[in-house]
Amino acid sequence: MALFESFFNSLASPELYTLIFTGVFLLYCARYRLLTRPGWVVGISLAIALFFIIGAQNHDFMTIIAKGDNMPIVIMIFAVFWCLSLAFRQAAVNDMRIEKGEPPTEALDSNKKVLVWPDLIYPEFVCTVLLTAIFIAWGIAVEAPLEEPASGTRAPNPAKAPWYFLGLQEMLVYFDPWLAGVVLPGMIVVGLMAIPYIDTNPRGNGYFTFKERPFAIGMFLFGFIVLWVSLVIMGTFLRGPNWNFFGPFEYWDPHKIEPLVNVNLSEFIWVGMGNTRLPDNPLIREAPGILLILAYFVITPALLAKTILKKFFHEMGFARFSILIMLLLGMASLPIKMLLRWTINLKYVVAIPEWFFNI
Amino acid sequence: MALKDKIAETQIWRSIFRHGYPSTPRNRALAALSNVFLHLHPVKARKSGIKLSFTWCMGGITFFLFLLETITGVLLMFYYRPTIEYAYNDIIAMREHVPLGIMRELHRWGAHMMVLAVWLHMLRVFLTGSYKPPREFNWNIGVILLLLTLLLSFTGYLLPWDQLAIWAITVGSNMARAHPFIGHEGPGASLLAVGDVNLVTPASDIRFGLLAGRFVGAGALLRFYVLHCVALPLVAGLLMAVHFWRVRKDGGISGPM
Repeated sequence: MALFESFFNSLASPELYTLIFTGVFLLYCARYRLLTRPGWVVGISLAIALFFIIGAQNHDFMTIIAKGDNMPIVIMIFAVFWCLSLAFRQAAVNDMRIEKGEPPTEALDSNKKVLVWPDLIYPEFVCTVLLTAIFIAWGIAVEAPLEEPASGTRAPNPAKAPWYFLGLQEMLVYFDPWLAGVVLPGMIVVGLMAIPYIDTNPRGNGYFTFKERPFAIGMFLFGFIVLWVSLVIMGTFLRGPNWNFFGPFEYWDPHKIEPLVNVNLSEFIWVGMGNTRLPDNPLIREAPGILLILAYFVITPALLAKTILKKFFHEMGFARFSILIMLLLGMASLPIKMLLRWTINLKYVVAIPEWFFNI
Repeated sequence: MALKDKIAETQIWRSIFRHGYPSTPRNRALAALSNVFLHLHPVKARKSGIKLSFTWCMGGITFFLFLLETITGVLLMFYYRPTIEYAYNDIIAMREHVPLGIMRELHRWGAHMMVLAVWLHMLRVFLTGSYKPPREFNWNIGVILLLLTLLLSFTGYLLPWDQLAIWAITVGSNMARAHPFIGHEGPGASLLAVGDVNLVTPASDIRFGLLAGRFVGAGALLRFYVLHCVALPLVAGLLMAVHFWRVRKDGGISGPM
């Protein structure tokens, strides 16, 4: 038990957690034909369940999972895994059929039409009855949480956002609120809405497949699984008082000391490398960072269009390609900023607090 | 003649149901066609499209949960007053005085699961490429509905008026303070000034508009209550009608061409 706890506690730091999660995700995408076989899915599910069952012996971990509002996150972990497995199992079968020159399984009876009454209405009715029963049982078994009456002067520590916004709260570690709370969420919504107009690949319409659209599915799942679901899990289980990082079996000590050693890029350049003091004019002071950001959003797309994404650029045209790359660069800015924070303790690329303009 | 058939021949029965028992193809088609609720469905659907392994029933579950939230929400409204004097006590009273009261539990667990169901519905639609032509527009309606689901849950979070509620909303609404140009701590806010007078202040910015005050207080509670119980459900209901309608008009549940 002690070994189990210390093993997972030692894995738990923001960088290790994110790297392991990303690695598992990439492995899954590469080996989905194997990992979605029923035996593997059951095995992985049991392993996750076992983790929770053994973990529940630990008082600190139990305190987290026993909270009523954290139940959805445990359900989310299983639901997302099973749904992904179901989708990728069917994608694996279809991809093998397509390789052999056969149509996807859905095509076998997609031209057969059945009467909605009873073929759809009955399953819907059964589903309604089952769900009603499940929710009534759940409602009787677990009382909805209610804490002490609201007080505007006693802030709880940690003060967490609702669970589905924990990804945004996690972004606040790496970006200022104007980016983490406004611009990036706005880009998520706009980006989602833009998907059907950017994705010009006509294949994979109406059936599960991975091989026919690896780029689209890879990017979408990277955003949804690695940058959203994983941060919700992290925000729930691994973020404690003062938003400090804790292992899953670690006591949430509100007095845990975290050294604040983050430095701005301008300080790196002027003080660290140039050995002078910071210029007074914020535009000159932050010129390196501003140029870097401009280069990131102007030169990278041009480079990509000339090199690895050349085919995309020709197929999609200038407008679609530009929007796609802007959205992807926006999405990539989060892991990039995370990496920079972990490796060189970078605080801001551009830091102009005078204008509330920090990137 | 069996009693069942006698009832089916009365004037009352025939005035409600315009067709015989749905055991023949014609009557089954009429069952879906002549009922305003079942009419959300087409008469016939793709066999591959209605398989549980294909849809996961996630859109349907989301709709079920919306109905569950509406019914339990209306019942909760009978007992709840959105003022800081009464809100918390009304929740306590519901727990203490309503026998077998599980409406708040159903409402809360349903809300959590609705958020999850919408995510998984989006995941399924993405992985089957169902947003591709001709369904681009309906995907957009869906994204707005996803946003509305999150906002519905977020506005409902404040209503119990406990510590969890007020601080979760404080964390969330503090973001609005940093909105570029229209939040008083956002970049560009200081540009919106006449002479020395700033137009964007803590008492005039977007956060003030959201909370009806500088802090999460009485104004915010009422505002969130109205958004949660009236404004957002109305918009969501309207867009759901469009969403379901477009599923049919764009060729039903998707399938290979």
